[in-house]
Amino acid sequence: MAGKTLYDKLWDDHVVTQRDDGSCLIYIDRQLLHEVTSPQAFEGLKLAGRKPWRLDANVATPDHNVPTDKAERAGGVAAIADETSRIQVQTLDDNCRDFGVVEFTINDVRQGIVHVVGPEQGLTLPGMTVVCGDSHTATHGAFACLAHGIGTSEVEHVLATQCLIQKKSKNMLVRVDGELGPGVTPKDVVLAIIGKIGTAGGNGHAIEFGGQVFRDMSMEGRMTVCNMAIEAGARVGMVAADDKTIEYFKGKPYAPNGEQWEAAVAYWQTLHSDADAVFDTVVVMDGAEIEPQVSWGTSPEMVVAINDNVPTPEDAVDAVQRNSYERAYQYMGLKPGQKITDIYLDRVFIGSCTNSRIEDLRAAAAVAKGRKVASSIKQAMVVPGSGLVKQQAEAEGLDKVFIDAGFQWREPGCSMCLAMNADKLGSGEHCASTSNRNFEGRQGNGGRTHLVSPAMAAAAAIAGHFVDVRHF
Amino acid sequence: MQKFTVVKGLVAPLDRANVDTDQIIPKQFLKSIKRTGFGVNLFDEWRYLDEGYPGQDSSKRPINPDFVLNQPRYQGASVLLARQNFGCGSSREHAPWALNEYGFRVVIASSYADIFFNNCFKNGMLPVILPEEQVDQLFRECLASEGYEITVDLEKRQVVTPSGEAFAFEVDDFRRHCLLNGLDDIGLTLQEGDAIRAFEAKAQQARPWVFNALDRT
Ligand code: SF4
Repeated sequence: MAGKTLYDKLWDDHVVTQRDDGSCLIYIDRQLLHEVTSPQAFEGLKLAGRKPWRLDANVATPDHNVPTDKAERAGGVAAIADETSRIQVQTLDDNCRDFGVVEFTINDVRQGIVHVVGPEQGLTLPGMTVVCGDSHTATHGAFACLAHGIGTSEVEHVLATQCLIQKKSKNMLVRVDGELGPGVTPKDVVLAIIGKIGTAGGNGHAIEFGGQVFRDMSMEGRMTVCNMAIEAGARVGMVAADDKTIEYFKGKPYAPNGEQWEAAVAYWQTLHSDADAVFDTVVVMDGAEIEPQVSWGTSPEMVVAINDNVPTPEDAVDAVQRNSYERAYQYMGLKPGQKITDIYLDRVFIGSCTNSRIEDLRAAAAVAKGRKVASSIKQAMVVPGSGLVKQQAEAEGLDKVFIDAGFQWREPGCSMCLAMNADKLGSGEHCASTSNRNFEGRQGNGGRTHLVSPAMAAAAAIAGHFVDVRHF
Repeated sequence: MQKFTVVKGLVAPLDRANVDTDQIIPKQFLKSIKRTGFGVNLFDEWRYLDEGYPGQDSSKRPINPDFVLNQPRYQGASVLLARQNFGCGSSREHAPWALNEYGFRVVIASSYADIFFNNCFKNGMLPVILPEEQVDQLFRECLASEGYEITVDLEKRQVVTPSGEAFAFEVDDFRRHCLLNGLDDIGLTLQEGDAIRAFEAKAQQARPWVFNALDRT
């Protein structure tokens, strides 16, 4: 019999029952909650008179709607100017209080984007099943977790039963061999993968990212990659556990210690695919060939290397894609064949669960240091992923670097990643963004998003247009 | 949950690939803490010429006459014909809520994003997967004849066109059973409470750290 993949192992360790049609009841170790997708789930519980099955499996924090402006933020929930946002954050507080769910509230230093907070606190641990009503839950797969986004009905289902009804996905291996060139980051790797396999490339699959490039990558880099598995169509993205994974959790607030730590480490060391495991689909890429990436269109698969041009309709593989290209040129205000380095920006956003951790901020600050944001840029903002990331960055003086260069230094939250709070693009504005989605209207009605790495975003802010950070 | 057995209805063709959930229901409408009220904002950025915001009276807004759902011939449609990778992007269940409230009980496409696909079943809606050629054929027929109605029969697992041609589709037995009977997932799962408790007891031995109580200070 062939060996097991990492996904097989995680799956097998969490099957409660299996039905005849192959659907399983899967046990969920951890659920993360935020204010947007939980109110209807809590309401459902209340209406049915149900209680959370295992209260301590759940942790909440508000992130999508919280203001990132210092003054507005200082007043807490009551000071949120937008009424609907305020009600949503208040509802999360109320529900957590009523049900007894642990919550890191708006101005708790542990508050932040759920996917930054979970690992940072050791609430996400290797080998866990982790869910959240948010598609970027795949982020936690960086720690060899089985982690994925769910809808609100499923949030309620997990609250009430600690389980999910699921069918197993297929196994996919994305292997990137060799080494990355200088100036090429995890964000470029994942964008290049999506560019290659497409936004539906991983549909129905759980992706494991393997190969030298991921072994060499930091934990935060692996999070950036797994974060965008969903953009390749896979609910789940994972990297095998290794010494770096284990090291990461040492001393984290909710990580086990003493004897439990030893037992946990022994288990975590088994969390990798067996040498003879078989994958349904395998994609192989060469790390040395990956260059800094910039998305030009309205889907994360519409991405090219910095020194390339916007593709022409002739580059499309079929009529459906040509149609999408035509729509994207129009929406993005770009000409087929135009140089990426000729795209001028209006705003720059460094943040989101993809790229708002300390290493991301360090990379951006290294580029910004001693330079100035171009006068043509209306706004360049840096939004740390959590209160603790912000604290760390300030301890290192990164906030000063950014402020001196002309960036705004903000309070933690999702911010302009999806523009549910006041941070958004105006119609027609181009934005270099370190987030994960460049869909039409994502960062504001009519806004034009270009996905890039933190270093590329910082360089673009300074030049006023896209530039190759390797020669900057 | 609403039962789903047979739906006979008008088809509306949305000829775009990779329609994402931000398009289906833009984020400003996610601020609601209710499950209803999303239908008028379905495809908001395509459907209206101005920028929508929650709580406004949408009947007074300028509509985009070019958008397919605004064309008179597709009013009252209950089947949405779409292209590959429909519902990609965010996990927001507001997307199926909006489609459902607008009146769509069925989506037909050659593929879906996993989370959206799953969310449909939780709301008494059926996402049908048909091969590309059959989807193409439905697009052609639908565009060619006004008032194009099809029958989607979950019992028999088939889509029947006006000419009587039937296309078979697959659906998991369990999901089908739940839809046909309008069963609530949570109630069903709680019937397996003993199995869940037995699993927990075993897992707690093997991986005790997962079950540690959270510090509430
Ligand atoms: S940062 Fe963006 S992608 Fe991440 S959870 Fe927040 S809104 Fe979603």
